[in-house]
Amino acid sequence: MSTKNWPLWEIFIRSKNGLEHRHSGSLHAADAEMALENARDVYTRRNEGVSIWVVESKNITASNPENNGEMFEPAQDKVYRHPTFYDLPDEVKHM
Amino acid sequence: MKNKNLYNYILGIADNSLILGQRLGELCGHGPTLETDIACTNVSLDLFGQVRSYFQYAAKIADDGRTEDDIAMLRKEREYLNVLLVEQPNTNFAYTIGRQFLFDVYHLAFLTELEKSKDLTLSAIAKKSIKEVRYHERFSSDWVKRLGDGTEESKTKMQEAINDLWTYTDELFHQTEADKAMVKEGIGVDVTKLKEDYYENVSELLEESTLEVPESKYFQKGGKKGIHTEHMGYLLAELQYMQRAYPNMEW
Repeated sequence: MSTKNWPLWEIFIRSKNGLEHRHSGSLHAADAEMALENARDVYTRRNEGVSIWVVESKNITASNPENNGEMFEPAQDKVYRHPTFYDLPDEVKHM
Repeated sequence: MKNKNLYNYILGIADNSLILGQRLGELCGHGPTLETDIACTNVSLDLFGQVRSYFQYAAKIADDGRTEDDIAMLRKEREYLNVLLVEQPNTNFAYTIGRQFLFDVYHLAFLTELEKSKDLTLSAIAKKSIKEVRYHERFSSDWVKRLGDGTEESKTKMQEAINDLWTYTDELFHQTEADKAMVKEGIGVDVTKLKEDYYENVSELLEESTLEVPESKYFQKGGKKGIHTEHMGYLLAELQYMQRAYPNMEW
C-alpha cells in the first residue's frame, strides 16, 4: 500500500445565516471533487452549511510569523487611524 | 398478528438497512483515513435513522407490546430477513465500497418505487430516505471509479470484491410471500421489475471504472428467508451484546 498522503485542502463553509464563506478547517483528499465530498461529511454533518469552497492548501500564500514585527507592530501605536476622533453630529445615524 | 404480511414486509426492508448500518458502524475509528471513516459512519447513521422509522411502524403493526428496540435487537438469527449481500464483512476497503455500491444502486431504485406506495407511512419514509441514499450512491459509485480506474493494486482489489459479492446480487430481486401479497395490495414494490435496470446501471458504472462485469450465473440466496451466511452470527453477537448481557438496560 502506498503510504504517500493525499494533498491537504482548506475548507470554507457558508452557513445559513452567514453571508460569507468562513474557514472551517482542513482535510486530506486526492482531488477537488473528493475534497468537496469529504468536507460535506466532515464539516457539515450538523447542518452547518449551504455552500462549500475547497482550496488546495499549497495555493495559499501565508505571511511569515517571523516578520510579524515589521508587518504588524508599526500599526499598534497609531490609534488615530481608528475613526474615533471625530465629533459626529447627532443627525448622522448608523455610524 | 392481523397484518403479518405487512409486518414481514417492513422487516425485510428495515433489516437490510440495519445490518448494513451495523457493518459500516464497525468502521468507526477503523476507516482507512479520517475522512472516509467519517463518511462511512455517516452513511451508517443515515441507515439507522431510516431503520427507526421502519421499526416504529412495525411495532405499531405488531401491537404486541414490543418496542422498536425489541424488534431491532432481540430477534434470533433466523428471524432476520435481510439479504445476504449486506451482512458480508468489511474484508478490505474495496469490499466495503463494493458492497455499498451494489446495495445503493438497488436501494435507490427500490425507494423511488416505494415512494409510490399506497401505504402512506412507507411512502413518507421512502421520500425522506431517498435524498440520503442518493448521496450514498454518489459516494460509493465515485469510489468504485477511483479504485477501479486507480492503481494496479486498487484495480485488482476492486475487481476481486465485485467478483466475490456478485453472487449475492440476484437475491435482491427475489420475491417473498410478503412481497407478493404487498405488491397485490399496491403497498409493496415489485422487485422483479427492478432487475434489468439494476444490472444495466451497475454494468455501465463498472465499465466506466475499467472493471469487468462478472459473468458468473451462480447466485446465493437465503437471507430473505432467514437463512444467513456464517458471518451473520458474529455480527448479531456484537449488535445484541448489551441487551443480551444486561436485559432491558437503558442508555
